[in-house]
Amino acid sequence: MRRRAEVLTVVFFFVIVVSLFPLGVGPEIETLRLIAPGVIWVAALLASMLSLDRLFSADYVDGTLEQMLIAAQPLSVLVLSKILAHWVVSGLPLVLVSPVLGMQLGMDVESIGVLVVSLAIGTPVLSLIGAVGAGLTLGVRGGGVLLSLLVLPLYIPVLIFGAGAVEAVQSGMEYGAHVSLLAAFLITALLLAPWGAATALKISLD
Amino acid sequence: MRILSKSFWLQVSAPKAFYPVAGKLIPWFTAIAIILTLVGLYMGFFVAPTDFQQGESYRIIFIHVPAAWMSMLIYVLMACYAAIGLIWNTRLSSMMATALAPTGAMFTFIALWTGAFWGKPTWGAYWVWDARLTSELILLFLYFGFISLQAAIDDPQRASRASALLALVGLVNVPIIYFSVKWWNTLHQGSSLNLDKGSSMEATMLWAMLIMTFAFWAYTIVAALLRVRAVILERERHSEWVGELLGVGK
Repeated sequence: MRRRAEVLTVVFFFVIVVSLFPLGVGPEIETLRLIAPGVIWVAALLASMLSLDRLFSADYVDGTLEQMLIAAQPLSVLVLSKILAHWVVSGLPLVLVSPVLGMQLGMDVESIGVLVVSLAIGTPVLSLIGAVGAGLTLGVRGGGVLLSLLVLPLYIPVLIFGAGAVEAVQSGMEYGAHVSLLAAFLITALLLAPWGAATALKISLD
Repeated sequence: MRILSKSFWLQVSAPKAFYPVAGKLIPWFTAIAIILTLVGLYMGFFVAPTDFQQGESYRIIFIHVPAAWMSMLIYVLMACYAAIGLIWNTRLSSMMATALAPTGAMFTFIALWTGAFWGKPTWGAYWVWDARLTSELILLFLYFGFISLQAAIDDPQRASRASALLALVGLVNVPIIYFSVKWWNTLHQGSSLNLDKGSSMEATMLWAMLIMTFAFWAYTIVAALLRVRAVILERERHSEWVGELLGVGK
């Protein structure tokens, strides 16, 4: 992601996918409010998955990745910094845009707050898990579709608890447990995913 | 005893040596699989009593439960083989992981399919979005991911290393499936079989289920050995012994 346009593409994709639902489902605000958490979360998941392709591919093509492999610093640390940078340009914008989309779908202020929190904790997990898949499919033909097949099943728990937190607050229930579990996913992913992605890159560049 | 020495196992685990050994094992396990399936199905369908709550439809558990067990077990086994192949670079273990994946996917599919047929008369729906069903479905996707990643990469060594890492990442799902009925309040009932409390079912039902499990085990071994023989031939096709075996070359 070295061009401004690429960052905007991900955000626009996110906005457009969410905007398609009122057109497809119908404009009744009650229905929309009911499906809003799931719709926004699924759209965020797809948007972050689409941007995964570009996490390592540019560095792979121009040979930077091989330099990283032989650098003095451990590869997992370099990979972690790449993932964090990738999240800042592809995940963070989604978090920042999401309140507007929540309002579009008729969510109240408290639910929007929880939505932002759940996305802020959840999207880094998506980037971290996705990095392993991106490393594995590097340079493989048909990599994009394959990447989604590998990564989407692993995204499901994040989706369940992310959307679950917002649904809980909408129906007046406690959402703390969902958010805590998301945070636990984030800590585990921070610990293991950089190492996994580094191993994947070593396999791919072997 | 030759069979206890380390060098014996190292010798047998070379693909060239394992190929004829697998060929000798296949007829035995085929016989075991057929006999146990016949006995298990007979016991399950004719000997075991009718369930007082569910009527005759419960008899699907004689397929469903063993298949579900095998789906998880094969995944763990496949991940173990894949890990051994990744760590020690042993060719045969990567081939075994490749050979096990389609059978595992098949049992996962059978578990989901029979579960749907059982769910219709009992729960009134073929499918519910319950934690155990969803996590079993994820397991099916993980098998598909493993198979397709391996198919997408041309270099067999890179393919098995990459899919091994994927199998290990997916391993987190197995405990989630197993404990899903305990952790969440699910529609799917808890296990009828407990190591600490013993079984909550009738002895003939239990035996029929266990026999079916062993039958599926034997089937898995046969399918994996057949497939691993094909994989050995494919990956070692440029070696001399395969040429001699198939009577080509020179």
